[in-house]
Amino acid sequence: MNRLLPFFGFMLLVLLFGFGIWWNTQHDPNAIPTPLLNKPAPAFNLPKLYEPAQKVSKADLLGKPYLLNVFASWCVECGVEHPVLQAAGPTLGVQLVGYNYKDAPDDAKRWLAEHGNPYGLLIADEPGNTAIDFGVYGAPESFLIDAKGVIRYKHIGPITPEVLANELKPAIAAMAHEAAP
Amino acid sequence: MTPELGQLALILALLLALAQSILPLVGAWRGNRALMAVARPAAAGQAVFVAFAFGILVWAFLRFDFSVQYVADNSNLALPWYYRIAAVWGAHEGSLLLWILILNVWTVALAAFSQKLPEVFASRVIAVMGLIAVGFLAFIIFTSDPFGRLLPMPGDGADLNPVLQDPGMTFHPPMLYMGYVGFSVAFAFSIAALLGGELEQAWVRWARPWTNIAWAFLTCGIVAGSWWAYAELGWGGWWFWDPVENASFMPWLVGLALIHAQAVTEKRGSLRAWTILLSIFAFSLSLLGTFLVRSGVLTSVHAFASDPRRGIFILAFLTIVVGGSLLLYALRAPQVVGGKSFKVVSRETVLLIGNLMFAVAAAMVLLGTLFPLIGDALNLGRVSVGPPYFGFLFPLLMLPVVLLLPFGPFLRWGKGDSPALKQVLLRAGVAAAACAIVAAFFVDGQLKAIAGVASLVWLTVGVLLYAIKRWREVPRGRRYPAEMAGMLLAHLGVGVFVAGVLLSESLSVTSDVRMAPGQTQHIGSYDFRFDGAHRATGPNWRADQGVVTVTRNGSEVAVMHPQKRTYLRGQVQTESAVNAGIFRDLYVALGEPMDANDIEGAWSLRLYYKPFIRWIWGGGLLMMLGGFVCAGDKRFRIKRAVKAGIATTDLQVQEARA
Amino acid sequence: MTRGFIRMLLVALLAFAGMAHAQAIEPMPFANHAQELRFQHLTRELRCPMCQNETLADSNAPIARDLRNQIFQMMQQGRSDDEIKQYLVARYSRFVLYDPPLTPGTWLLWFGPLLILLGGAAAVLVAIRKRSRGDGATERASFEQAPTDNGDDW
Repeated sequence: MNRLLPFFGFMLLVLLFGFGIWWNTQHDPNAIPTPLLNKPAPAFNLPKLYEPAQKVSKADLLGKPYLLNVFASWCVECGVEHPVLQAAGPTLGVQLVGYNYKDAPDDAKRWLAEHGNPYGLLIADEPGNTAIDFGVYGAPESFLIDAKGVIRYKHIGPITPEVLANELKPAIAAMAHEAAP
Repeated sequence: MTPELGQLALILALLLALAQSILPLVGAWRGNRALMAVARPAAAGQAVFVAFAFGILVWAFLRFDFSVQYVADNSNLALPWYYRIAAVWGAHEGSLLLWILILNVWTVALAAFSQKLPEVFASRVIAVMGLIAVGFLAFIIFTSDPFGRLLPMPGDGADLNPVLQDPGMTFHPPMLYMGYVGFSVAFAFSIAALLGGELEQAWVRWARPWTNIAWAFLTCGIVAGSWWAYAELGWGGWWFWDPVENASFMPWLVGLALIHAQAVTEKRGSLRAWTILLSIFAFSLSLLGTFLVRSGVLTSVHAFASDPRRGIFILAFLTIVVGGSLLLYALRAPQVVGGKSFKVVSRETVLLIGNLMFAVAAAMVLLGTLFPLIGDALNLGRVSVGPPYFGFLFPLLMLPVVLLLPFGPFLRWGKGDSPALKQVLLRAGVAAAACAIVAAFFVDGQLKAIAGVASLVWLTVGVLLYAIKRWREVPRGRRYPAEMAGMLLAHLGVGVFVAGVLLSESLSVTSDVRMAPGQTQHIGSYDFRFDGAHRATGPNWRADQGVVTVTRNGSEVAVMHPQKRTYLRGQVQTESAVNAGIFRDLYVALGEPMDANDIEGAWSLRLYYKPFIRWIWGGGLLMMLGGFVCAGDKRFRIKRAVKAGIATTDLQVQEARA
Repeated sequence: MTRGFIRMLLVALLAFAGMAHAQAIEPMPFANHAQELRFQHLTRELRCPMCQNETLADSNAPIARDLRNQIFQMMQQGRSDDEIKQYLVARYSRFVLYDPPLTPGTWLLWFGPLLILLGGAAAVLVAIRKRSRGDGATERASFEQAPTDNGDDW
């Protein structure tokens, strides 16, 4: 019987690898699940992109849910995502807040002029330190934050129509559902 | 037109490989000599067509044939010819073509040198090699064709990744594949032995030189890869326990266990089942390495582009080959405990313990490498496993091996010899302790460095003591048979390697500094003076080149030229300057100019002082040399007498069975 | 994802990787050599969240640079290694630790090799016991032996 042990051990390994291949088709292998899910979003206090003298803090945004979209002019994938946001922005049901990440303000403004501006609110984090608190490590990334300031959903990578339909919209709906008694 | 000839050649090779595998196996089963005789010609034919296909790809690269997609992706007009050849195996499809080419090299060598082996056995061995070839050729033809066209043909190609434009790149994959693929020979021998019910008692002796040579090549490949990473990647490291590195290290460890197990089985007839199992594992891990690198299942800087379809194909192939052989093992492995017995204190025991540690180490590396995947499967969250894990457990597991190594040659087969052992323990132990104490003063009491010195002395004295014993006791001409000389070299290599690792890791100094021209930094006992930077050009790159003059106690040691290159497509590559030495390396990497507009001003630099780092590769090369020398032993050459007697008996039994 | 896209991604990643080592060189105003060593050791144990298997010490990715600066600042503030690691894990998950912490989830990882060693040792012991009881009676007469050398039976 123990002669069959290597065979069974190997078959276990094959199962593991089969799972690995399948898992890769379902997930982005480079995406790290965020430890901040269902935890309060970090406090922030960032200047607006177009009016840098004015600052927006987390407290200012409490009371209504919003989708925080991390983007930058140097980010290729953001260009892929942008049309989707522009089309879906009005129908999302939550405010779209643009988070300009590690970008020179002029570059960002030029990029938005070129690609369009779907954001209701635009804040800028040029040094990128606040982004660390959010666990951001690249762009684009999107956070769905509810009325109480809790992160309910995070997506790493561009928001495609599939992600929009299969993940983001249901998350927004679930959020709205529990808000309504 | 020509690239399509390559495709055609591969298809013909596949057909021949099918003939090479199926017909001789049927022939061996049925005792049909005509079918068995198909093996060698089919193997030769397959080799011709594979070599032809490979030649066509090389030709396409040399002639800048950008109508071939693979050539366009991996080379361009400015790439020097030597890197264009290396680019042939720079990406997935071409590297597979190299794999199958090398499989054919081994098969042809096997076909040529196995003339004196019993026909039934030899035809089975060649047939198994053919089966492996079938799998790889099918994989290439159906999922990874390097001859696909790119139309319309672009005027120029993309560039070969700058990291790969290095002499190490020409060397590392072919050597590695010679090793990986070479384990297929030991595998084929074991399968043939299982199929034949092990009527050929001497099969292990026939397998030994092949296995030693394969292992030596794998050692060479790993050493080349490590050296290349050190020289080319700019962070002064030589091993990262990256999944792809681990994929080559696991077969190396199991191959090491296999070499020693084969020695026991060949000389004493014992542990036959273990030897067979180890040869299956060694080759399985080679195949596994191929899977891991190409399937996207693991994250690595090194991995080829992933494609689930390819992943599934290789996984299926892996399942058939390995699963099939393990089933065969379960059914046909030697049931009777055979061979000579041995006492608790004996050479067999020590080798068993060593093999245990190698096997557990390989299992540990596998576990650590696969754990992120296991974590995903069991929903444990994203876990990373890196050098802190491997670098902690591996030395721990190797400690017993290092301690027992000097005793191996002094022990006898079957039973030990206490006085000799005590002498070794005393002499080597005292020498090691004494040197350790002396070293403690030189290295400020750093434990790792002291351990490195102690291990070096312990192992080297152990080897010397045995060499001296042979010198005294055995008349000239028979003192150091090749097998023993190889062993002594390899064991010496272990000592050198361990010393290199421990000393360089504990005594290295690294520093990131900002230097203006004329400034000096003191690292180790050396003074690095930055003499400014200027522009330089190469065949397909422009660079900022710094000049660093290194002095020691006032006298000049070296002038180093680190570069920051920009290649045609904008890729930036740091070419570090390395001043090599037997006892230390000096290493300088250029960072950024303090003022981006003024490259002649101050720069940030990383300076390294790395003592004894060459010993790591020196030790590895000694081990490799030991493997080659051992394989050359006269004892492994087959005499005529073997063939006749056993062949006829074998055939009679086969006919009786059928 | 199409093959072409993957290829492009890989080229981009590799190109990115090539850039890395120039910008990973960043002189920092360490108070003393011990602090520099501590920083090097710490950043070598931490994984860059963005890259394909690189340490924070070696990676050039912008996030790696930012995190190195953050770690340096925290060191200046007197935080301990554990506090710094906790800070990063709270934001990027345990993914950033190359040294997996010992939790029930990683028992298999940390104790697995020990279990395998014990199992293997047991098998070896059994094998040795079986063998040492033998007295050569199980020798197979037909087994070909190499010529031995001066009683060394090498």
